[in-house]
Amino acid sequence: MTDAAPNIAWVTGAAVIRDETGLHARPAVKVTKLARRFSSAVEIRGEGQERWVNAKSPNAVMKLRAAHEARLEIRAAGADAGAVVAALIALVDRNFDD
Amino acid sequence: MTDPVSNKTVSIVIVSHSADVARGAGEMVRQMVGEEVAVAVCGGNPDGGLGTDVAAVMAAIKSVWSEKGVAVLVDLGGAETNSEMAIEMLGPGRAEHVVICNAPIVEGAVMAATEAAGGSDLETVRETAEDFQA
Repeated sequence: MTDAAPNIAWVTGAAVIRDETGLHARPAVKVTKLARRFSSAVEIRGEGQERWVNAKSPNAVMKLRAAHEARLEIRAAGADAGAVVAALIALVDRNFDD
Repeated sequence: MTDPVSNKTVSIVIVSHSADVARGAGEMVRQMVGEEVAVAVCGGNPDGGLGTDVAAVMAAIKSVWSEKGVAVLVDLGGAETNSEMAIEMLGPGRAEHVVICNAPIVEGAVMAATEAAGGSDLETVRETAEDFQA
């Protein structure tokens, strides 16, 4: 989505998805809701996926299909980029509070 | 008219022919998205059979009335026409703040509520519900 803009300073991070069904519907909603609390642009992708998707888009996150044991890669750009990456990593590490 | 229950988020109304489907879809929204978005459901006819009822749809919309608007998810045929009628009967001043989303009832309701939870306006909520593709 924004790969064509190399000048963006992304803050990046990753966490392993522990849920046995991967990033399924309920966690996907949680990712979206959390990402939206921050003003930064936030994108995610599953390990091995080429395309980054907007973490604030419920439809995009729902379709991501990141699997169990896969790393969820996160990147953000903006004033609170570090905070949102940290918050999303924490959410994944808590197994989405499920 | 009833008092607004929320002015911060768009509310969701689910209209199914089946009371069980409506209740179940509403439960999915509450469990997946949370309590910050008001959700009302209605389904079935007054005899407990399958059907939809204009008065029940109106009551559902009023019960979650929001100044930001109300997004309605419907299933088949009569659910849509009865919802259109219910919206029309809300009268000017209200009717224009209610939209029926052209989206599958369960998935659309979850997507609409997720979008609404962030404080999005009615048109954005409708777009997110309608953009859903399995």
